[in-house]
Amino acid sequence: MDSAEIAAHIPRLRRYARALTGDSHRADDLVQDTLERALAKFHLWRRGSDMRAWMFAIMHNVFINQLKARREFALDDAEQAGLEGAPRSDPMEMRDLDAALRRLPAEQREVLLLVGMEQLSYAEASQALDVPIGTVMSRLSRGRERLRALMSGANVTTTTNLKVIK
Amino acid sequence: MSTITETDLHAFADWQLDEARRLRVEAHLAQHAEAAENVRVWREQNEVLRALYNPVLNEPVPQRLLAARAPRARWPYYALAAGAMGLSFGLGWVVHGYQAEQSIATATLPRRAAVAYAVYAPEVRHPVEVGAEQQDHLVKWLSKRLGHELKVPILTQQGFELVGGRLLPGGSGPVAQFMYQDSKGQRITLYVSRRDAEPRDTAFRFSQEDKIAVFYWIDGKLGYALSAEMGRARLLAVATVVYRQLNP
Repeated sequence: MDSAEIAAHIPRLRRYARALTGDSHRADDLVQDTLERALAKFHLWRRGSDMRAWMFAIMHNVFINQLKARREFALDDAEQAGLEGAPRSDPMEMRDLDAALRRLPAEQREVLLLVGMEQLSYAEASQALDVPIGTVMSRLSRGRERLRALMSGANVTTTTNLKVIK
Repeated sequence: MSTITETDLHAFADWQLDEARRLRVEAHLAQHAEAAENVRVWREQNEVLRALYNPVLNEPVPQRLLAARAPRARWPYYALAAGAMGLSFGLGWVVHGYQAEQSIATATLPRRAAVAYAVYAPEVRHPVEVGAEQQDHLVKWLSKRLGHELKVPILTQQGFELVGGRLLPGGSGPVAQFMYQDSKGQRITLYVSRRDAEPRDTAFRFSQEDKIAVFYWIDGKLGYALSAEMGRARLLAVATVVYRQLNP
């Protein structure tokens, strides 16, 4: 059944949307818009190609349009500039990874989640986001470094302490 | 090409290299501590992301998503095509079936066990609540909380020593997690949950939850899941021993 194939992806789409938006209501709005578009465009899906990557591509387009409507691209840049001027001094716990994720530019967050959480291959991620693989790699690299910097309050302290004890 | 690029390191962290390339990068990492540390941090980021958001997979799907249809405005054009493809049903009935399947305890057992593994196995300082040096206390305590006598398998011959255990919240009550480790730091967890449903037994089942392999089975009132980030064959050998010790 064709709709069964789409429906089977709902739990994973919800997981990705939740991580992407950080808000369960907004995430489900995103999933709903994605499902509606997928159903409307189902005749465009090439049978035999990976449906998951196709659904993520649709979600990416919906997400970008929502961001543009909310002007969040500009917000991300401003936030980034502010952050680099003022590094965090208080240590961040693992559970704050969610908060750290919010502070990544949307394009880095997308790649980090598609590759790290959804385990798409780099080629699939490049297809879903409609950018070259080189762009996927540079966003991945910057996103990971940034996430690490945001989390590093805790890590740096731990390392220093260990050295002192030794 | 003998140089290892940053792309190689990312691909290594993301398990996207073929065997030959993977071994080359592994050799490189053995010589370059900083690169090895980067890879470790990236993998940890991946694990934490999954641990953080995997619970969404088990949440019930909201009704409005089950009712999702192609936008109404497009019906005049799409009705024909969609009707022919059976799309006019919406998604509800399909997902209903999916959720019914998910609600069976055996379907969620391996996932919960894998999430618990992903959260605690990478833990350096606090992998367990009670260490193996207090094994008697550990077993008594967890048995009491689960309301069922528990046994702890001995996996020394397989190269794994007990690290200890902890109590976790399960779907319908307390769950016990025992952790083992070999000399290389490879960890295995045994996740034991008490079932409220009719006692029954099942055969071994296997589930691959992302990078974590899980063998699970039900034995009367208890559900067991053995999880590790290792190959299926190797884990099966350990699972067989565990099963035999629990069912002498």
